[in-house]
Amino acid sequence: MKIHEYQGKELLRKFGVPTPRGISALTVDEAVKAAEELGGNIWVVKAQIHAGGRGKGGGVKVAKSLDEVRAKATEILGMQLITHQTGPEGQKVRRLLIEDGADIKKEYYVAVLTDRATQKVAIMASSEGGMDIEEVAHATPEKILKEFVDPLAGLSDKQAETLARGIGVPDASIPQAVQAIKGLYTCYMETDASMAEINPLILEGNGNIKALDAKFNFDSNALFRHEEIVAYRDLDEEDPDEIAASKFDLAYIALDGNIGCLVNGAGLAMATMDTIQLFGGSPANFLDVGGGATPEKVTEAFKIMLKNPEVKGILVNIFGGIMKCDTIATGVITACKAVNLNVPLVVRMKGTNEDLGKKMLAESGLPIISADTMAEAATAIVAAVK
Amino acid sequence: MSILINKNTKVITQGITGKTGQFHTEKCIEYANGKNCYVAGVNPKKAGESVMDVPIFATVKDASAATGATASVIYVPPAGAAAAIWEAVEADLDLVVCITEGIPVRDMLEVRNRMKAKEAAGGKKTILIGPNCSGIITPEELKIGIMPGHIHKKGRIGVVSRSGTLTYEAAAQLSEVNLGQSTVVNIGGDPINGLKHIDVLEMFNNDPETDAIIMIGEIGGPDEANAAEWYAKNGKKPIVGFIAGVTAPPGKRMGHAGALISGGADTADAKLAIMEASGFKVTRNPSEMGKLLKSLL
Repeated sequence: MKIHEYQGKELLRKFGVPTPRGISALTVDEAVKAAEELGGNIWVVKAQIHAGGRGKGGGVKVAKSLDEVRAKATEILGMQLITHQTGPEGQKVRRLLIEDGADIKKEYYVAVLTDRATQKVAIMASSEGGMDIEEVAHATPEKILKEFVDPLAGLSDKQAETLARGIGVPDASIPQAVQAIKGLYTCYMETDASMAEINPLILEGNGNIKALDAKFNFDSNALFRHEEIVAYRDLDEEDPDEIAASKFDLAYIALDGNIGCLVNGAGLAMATMDTIQLFGGSPANFLDVGGGATPEKVTEAFKIMLKNPEVKGILVNIFGGIMKCDTIATGVITACKAVNLNVPLVVRMKGTNEDLGKKMLAESGLPIISADTMAEAATAIVAAVK
Repeated sequence: MSILINKNTKVITQGITGKTGQFHTEKCIEYANGKNCYVAGVNPKKAGESVMDVPIFATVKDASAATGATASVIYVPPAGAAAAIWEAVEADLDLVVCITEGIPVRDMLEVRNRMKAKEAAGGKKTILIGPNCSGIITPEELKIGIMPGHIHKKGRIGVVSRSGTLTYEAAAQLSEVNLGQSTVVNIGGDPINGLKHIDVLEMFNNDPETDAIIMIGEIGGPDEANAAEWYAKNGKKPIVGFIAGVTAPPGKRMGHAGALISGGADTADAKLAIMEASGFKVTRNPSEMGKLLKSLL
């Protein structure tokens, strides 16, 4: 689960990482009022959407008067902000963050994530802040420093200092940088984040260290113990079909093709998509129904897939382990009737009670094509949608 | 011979009184020698009782001491599952199979680092399979997990995979071309887990009763590439490889920092290329894994 920058900065401050003062705003008037309240004579007006790359897309502007705050806020609020992470249609800006202007002397990068290979927490830091870190990693990998932390021992002052010195923080600001890195680490651990990134972490003219941006992603498996994080969820920023799917415990991701797929198990779901492509088709979605597909769940899955106007056919591929094929057959038949299915449907079932499931489909009177293997199923559905 | 488990392995079910634990323990007892292998269950509130003639103990330690069990399987819900793993490790079991899906990553990180610290201090090493897996089966001897038993056949092919249903797919394809399996291991789909591809490959490589191997992976993480590079130097047996997710959109589940640390080598295409260069017979058609393996023998 992702959150907004203003929420991320709220979290950072809680864990002792300094940020510029800021107030979030939902209207232009609120934005001007926020600037008045902050005082001073320079502000930054920042679009709040979950995607990165907001600055380049025109969603971050500096204002040097209240009139300028009004003008910039009017310009940004409601715009379709297009960045490299939003896709070509962009994301509508519904909220702004108005912040004190910062006196940036130097920009750094720092991030925390879990490293699968070492099974440690990795802290990454770079002198090349404010840039796309993937480009830095590609062009100058030596400019990215890493420290691996045993979660039982925690991040030591020494490790944080090694990173701070390594990225070139001046002596006088080292204690503040150490505090910021340690604060970010503690925040990451205590909120069950899966990624926490400050880009840029800045050095101000007066030597202070501040987080100028904040990006978080949280482990969905741990949200049950973090009401405070769940409260940050903004459904406007999420795909409505993915939200609908998650309500029924279905994992759904929309893709560009025209063959809907409904599969049990994430690996088999990906393999099914791959097979469709291998036989000349194009999958319209990833959909994992998980281990307990009831007729209600399968019906919902059909509804979600068919909401996509591109879908010209559906492939159901179920390997019954926990799930029995007759349960799946009941689900498929119920779903076909409930949605008045009018596109070709290929069903491949395997495993427990396979023969019974196939018999039920054959006797249902519905135009369902049965297949024995994934390859046969893919061939059949690709031919049917042509 | 097989790897990790056989008809003489004695197993404890942690979470035996829950709906899932009870259902699958019953299926496992019905399979092959299961009746003699499932010797204990654990529930601190129901010690002294029994389910399906399996006695319940308060702790894993008690269960292991009373029955001589050396393995356990965990169906405990996510919030308590990492603690259940640690209880089995503290009881010095040889093997823990954790079926539970949805365990917080931080809990797994902590328990894995505890396990490594225990080993480093000279304590007994407990092998963990999973979490978020369908388990392990040595066909016609013992199954520990939730896989359908009937698709498997006893034989000499080893299977290792991250995905449960793709593991079933491979086992069923092998059985259909009349190739039985020595042991089938599903190491699970979570980012922080116990056994990795490389560990299981090494076991199959050393097992005199395994003649060939199918290794199945997915996008994300460095494990398949590490296993392939190891196998290029050490592998002695024919091996077939498949990676799911050629069509998966990039960045959908990983924040970009996650993609960064694995150096961009975690796409399906990149993994398939490394496996091919390491001497694997790779396929992009998952319906062909069984036939392809047969062609190598």
